[in-house]
Amino acid sequence: MPRLSAGQRHRVSFSLNGRPVAGEAEPRLLLSDFLRGVLGATGTHVGCEHGVCGACTVQIDGVPARACLTLAVQAEGADIRTVEGLAPAPGRLSVLQESFREHHALQCGFCTPGILMSLDAFLRQRPDASEAELRYMLSGHLCRCTGYVPIMRAALAARDRLREEPNA
Amino acid sequence: MKPAPFDYVRASDGAEVLDVLHRQGADARILAGGQSLLPMLNMRLARPAVLVDIMHVPSLQSIADDGTALRIGAAVRQAELEARPDLARRQKLLAAALPWIGHAQTRSRGTVCGSVAHADPSAELPLLLVALGGTVHLRSRRRHRAVEAGAFFTGMMATDRADDELIEAVSIPTARPGAGYAFREIGRRHGDFAIVACAAVVENGRARLGIGGVADRPVAQDMPGPDDEALDEALDAFAWALEARDDLHATARYRRELVRRLGRATIEEAARCRA
Amino acid sequence: MGADVTAETGWVGRSLPRVEDAALLRGAGRYIDDLGTPAGTLHAAILRSPHGHAAIEAIELAAARAAPGVVAVLAGAEIAALTASLVVGVKAPMECWPIAIDRVRYMGEPVAVAVARDRYLAEDALDLIEVRYRPLPAVTDPLAALADDAPVLHPTLGGNLASDRRFSYGEPDAAFAEAAVKISVETRYPRNACTPIETYGVVAEYDPGLDAYDVLANFQGPFSLHAVMARALKVPGNRLRLRTPPESGGSFGVKQGVFAYVVLIAAAARTAGAPVKWVEDRLEHLAASVCATNRVTRLDAAVSAEGKILALAWDQIEDCGAHLRAPEPATLYRMHGNMTGAYDIRHVSIRNRVVLTNKMPTGLNRGFGGPQVYFPLERLVQQIAVQLGIDPLEVIRRNLVPADAFPYRTATGAILDSGDYRAATDAALRQGGHAELVARRAQARAEGRLYGIGYAAVVEPSVSNMGYITAVLTPAERRRAGPKNGAQATATIALDPLGSVSLHVASAPQGQGHRTVLAQVAADVLGLRPQDIRVITEIDTARDAWSIASGNYSSRFAPAVAGAAHLAATRLRERLARIAAAQLNVPADEVVFAERRVRARDNPDNSLPFARLAAASHWAPGTLPADAEAVIRETVFWTPPELTAPTEADEVNSSLCHGFIFDICAVEVDRVTAEVRIDRYVTMHDCGRVLHPGMVAGQVTGGFAHALGAALYEEHAYGPDGSFLSGTLADYLVPTAMEVPEPVILHHETVSPFTPLGAKGVGEGNCMSTPVCVANAVADALGLADVTLPLLPARLAEHLFAAETSPPDRPARPVAKPGERQLFGEGSATVEAPREKIWAMLLDPDTLAAVVPGAHGIEKLSPTNFRADVTLGIGPVKGRYRAEISLSDLRPPKAVTLTGGAEGGLGFGRGTGHVTLTEEAPGRTVVAYCYEAAIGGKVASIGGRLLDGAARVVIGQFFQALATQAGGGRRGGFFAWLRSLLPWGG
Repeated sequence: MPRLSAGQRHRVSFSLNGRPVAGEAEPRLLLSDFLRGVLGATGTHVGCEHGVCGACTVQIDGVPARACLTLAVQAEGADIRTVEGLAPAPGRLSVLQESFREHHALQCGFCTPGILMSLDAFLRQRPDASEAELRYMLSGHLCRCTGYVPIMRAALAARDRLREEPNA
Repeated sequence: MKPAPFDYVRASDGAEVLDVLHRQGADARILAGGQSLLPMLNMRLARPAVLVDIMHVPSLQSIADDGTALRIGAAVRQAELEARPDLARRQKLLAAALPWIGHAQTRSRGTVCGSVAHADPSAELPLLLVALGGTVHLRSRRRHRAVEAGAFFTGMMATDRADDELIEAVSIPTARPGAGYAFREIGRRHGDFAIVACAAVVENGRARLGIGGVADRPVAQDMPGPDDEALDEALDAFAWALEARDDLHATARYRRELVRRLGRATIEEAARCRA
Repeated sequence: MGADVTAETGWVGRSLPRVEDAALLRGAGRYIDDLGTPAGTLHAAILRSPHGHAAIEAIELAAARAAPGVVAVLAGAEIAALTASLVVGVKAPMECWPIAIDRVRYMGEPVAVAVARDRYLAEDALDLIEVRYRPLPAVTDPLAALADDAPVLHPTLGGNLASDRRFSYGEPDAAFAEAAVKISVETRYPRNACTPIETYGVVAEYDPGLDAYDVLANFQGPFSLHAVMARALKVPGNRLRLRTPPESGGSFGVKQGVFAYVVLIAAAARTAGAPVKWVEDRLEHLAASVCATNRVTRLDAAVSAEGKILALAWDQIEDCGAHLRAPEPATLYRMHGNMTGAYDIRHVSIRNRVVLTNKMPTGLNRGFGGPQVYFPLERLVQQIAVQLGIDPLEVIRRNLVPADAFPYRTATGAILDSGDYRAATDAALRQGGHAELVARRAQARAEGRLYGIGYAAVVEPSVSNMGYITAVLTPAERRRAGPKNGAQATATIALDPLGSVSLHVASAPQGQGHRTVLAQVAADVLGLRPQDIRVITEIDTARDAWSIASGNYSSRFAPAVAGAAHLAATRLRERLARIAAAQLNVPADEVVFAERRVRARDNPDNSLPFARLAAASHWAPGTLPADAEAVIRETVFWTPPELTAPTEADEVNSSLCHGFIFDICAVEVDRVTAEVRIDRYVTMHDCGRVLHPGMVAGQVTGGFAHALGAALYEEHAYGPDGSFLSGTLADYLVPTAMEVPEPVILHHETVSPFTPLGAKGVGEGNCMSTPVCVANAVADALGLADVTLPLLPARLAEHLFAAETSPPDRPARPVAKPGERQLFGEGSATVEAPREKIWAMLLDPDTLAAVVPGAHGIEKLSPTNFRADVTLGIGPVKGRYRAEISLSDLRPPKAVTLTGGAEGGLGFGRGTGHVTLTEEAPGRTVVAYCYEAAIGGKVASIGGRLLDGAARVVIGQFFQALATQAGGGRRGGFFAWLRSLLPWGG
């Protein structure tokens, strides 16, 4: 790959929620800004830009990662999944999303997309995750509204339901 | 909070990486997982002219276990290591320490060698490397060399790496039969930088204790064993020798006290865990 | 008001799924940064002060203006030319600008705004702005700020005291004179903030033809601050159109602070001639949004031998930071009617002082004034128990306002609307398993563990009286200014031609689910389903009904906004009933609205669809009965009559409703690490009628998490030089799921007689009760009389650890004083060179150039003044600095004083060193030196954890280098010392 020079825009393409997308990015453009500003996928939120709050968490090649600590050019060729890709169909929510709604696991909703992306990946990887493991996973996210109690409930409920109907 | 401009090179082989480092030296930065570098770029604390992305260099992606040590390539992410099924048996200290590094969402991208290169005095992996007597493998166009971990970390975010060198891999010694290992850490919250981190190895009645978060680099020292009455005095001397400092989160006094108390507890735990 | 419509079977009181969630869960929320902007919108970035206090001597904008993609760059002078100072809430000769004019007063204060094609380019432009600061002494401690010789922030004010008022209610002096004992506490409440995950955002546009601003901001108002912004922008209120986005990513009061940036960005848009967007980043937010006040309080109580509190004497010193920004000093007065808490205390004296310090200006923050009051009050109650040897629960019980006293007028003027505090307390003890906790404590203590139980009883005020803040004025000043009072809430309900219902309120929710609850309220009134009601909560001041109380603060939603919506829906229903009466041929009071139909009460078959009735005024106004007007839209303004202006005696009913909270906290403190583990937390609430149990629970758990952060982790910390030390989310520690336990939530409901729905506020209470409850538990565990938040393990450990043996002998090393940013050091070395030669080296720029690392040439400005550009770095952290070194007190060849300073984008360093040269033998000189150095700026706030260590490393290297080089008699080592004065030390 040739050197991509500063101050110029370069074509970046990857798969977003299963569909090929492309846009132009300077080397320094953050993946979070690329998703939101170039591709218009504003479901991924930006809260701190130093990797602590977790609001911008997306799945890169199946694992949760901070979009604010990733350059758009690093994502070239990758498989990116964001909150917009969670619902199985328009008008339907995934088991995890539905569980969040049922348990009032969100208030302002700003941190929610990042949390959903982490939990979605984790519950797929570890369908039998314990409460302690889920809590530990969740500690990579800051939520200022809920006090985490309803989020934990929603995560546990989603785990149980996914165990019963893994294809839900 | 946006980075200053830089060039980006996605290297496809090791020679390409070394070429850029050779030509641009300190103006070039290796981009691996980016979990330490990107915050510094976003805050404009670091302003490299070029980033060299090494994550697509096949030769840097390997993990090799030669029986005595695990050799971890520069492009190996922390999460990959965490997922190794034999880790808890072959690399006891590593298995105990990995969950303390940041959060799952940063270990997914962060690399082992990147953490070593960053040389944060509170970081777990440099501590572990020093406590176990690991090795850092450096390569430049000029030479290849292996540096003992204890000599590699030279100060606050400072290492023995020359500007044209790439940390190609680190080697972490395999757990030895009959030796016990333990890791403990105190931070303000889980996932925070350690106020004090302790890594202990106990073997043949002797102990080795590594301390992170206190001095300007991780420091390891041989210690009397847990049953030796000289241990307390040795811990006290170690606590003072590390020249703890005050910061927002803890006092020097607290750090010294944790070196004594947590240091002892970690050594005792390592002794209990002897295989 | 129609008790019939809110039947037990209604929607209100049920935990329905929120209408907000479907979009939010799919990433389809519409927060400010998600909305499209007009074509040609530019992006702003803000240059901020690295100093806590400094004069701006020069500011050079030309290079930034010439940078690629840059359209405008503005500094204080440009902003001042377009705007007026923000109105200050006290009668004091001082101004308040959204940007530094000629002086910076806190670290992070805006200094310049760059407007460019995108945010990246705007930040590039900031790098090109050169500001020359003259640092001034800073003051960050509120008590120190009151000293006669303290540095003064606002010279026009003459000092740092912005307000000083004394109040007396009842006969406090007599009560103190007669009391059996006097018990006192002195507390310092720290600064913290609820840090919403979404930061501030503003999109502003200026229309020169109309001289009008159109602003979109994630503000929570308009509130009374719309008037402040319009006056600052020098336009009438109708020329400032303020809109809010549909969604806001949390606020907890904090988003109030965006109003100063509205003025700044609006002025930038006017200059740029295009819409300008600014989204605050996290570093900006932590350093320069708003946080709660820190407060120093002395509280004395006159107490009977039985523990009955007879009188209180408050002395509060409120630290509002660098500017008194509206609505401050409201934090200090919000609780004015509640200074006796949940207790029946008839004699009270209060002294309230407001001081200014070199810290971020304060503003709204969840709990607003409550935590600062309840911390001393509930610490006092525990101290009364300890000192009198009475069970703290007994002290609480003996002082609680009795159940038969409601509505209860407090000594300072509040009307406590309803409650049964003793019953609620007893229920909490019973249902919370208090007896079990007491047994656990006994067991733990028997085992040598550190276990404690704390309590807190608080009154949670809600729906602020817009007049309370005028208590900062004297009665005479109030007479001149005219009375202020009330809390206008508005709601508009409208029917469209298909007969569906829309409800508009000026509530600007920030995650509290207002749309869901309002739909439930209106659905109950109109006999519809919640999904039949469309609720609009975003604000547009050009179109909506609003007033100065409109907005989202002081927990006013459930009691006031939902109440106003209920009134609007009820009024609409009553008018519809008249039309229906004619069609159904029954009297209007026999018309029943249920199941989306309108029926005759006594003949359910005589009915028509609601939608048909609702559409009638659109399609067939001519058919309406003579006694009925068309029913299309109904707007209600509601303000409670109880919220009167402060009296001549300074009595203030500062809030309309008063919930009650009783908390129990059991903790164990780890003997090895001094970490605090919460074993159980019980929180009992009386928040009046619960409109949505799920949301009320969410408000409690959320507030509890904030409060736990305040108790254990969070603080906006400053160094004595004004350096801001908690500039990242790795330094300002927000609790995660690992740190927050699940509280046991209990309810004891007494309906408020003052609100349409009987509800009271609930969102802020735990921010008031929990910090002190945790502190009381820890004080009980460790037997402490004084505890300070946040409860750092390192601080608690001082009470646990035995005295430390002194260190083994070690060579002297430079040390930073605990908690200070000054580094001190001294030392000496012997150099194999004659004294004169070393002296000459000191004054030689060529020598300097050769030995100062990273120097790009040294310029000799005068025989004793040098300037250099240096590049310094540690690890990847590199920066370019402008360094100046001057020599003074020259006593050749014996002694000299060096003063050095360096400043660059990453921060600054300053230092002074005294050097003496002694000729020990011919050709051998002893160089002795002592110095102090300070480092600050960006590196201090975002790298503080590493900074002292980094500086120490370099200073240590200097000592090593000096020793080595002195031995070799080579030059240079001495000058390495200069490095240590620079940021990161080189």
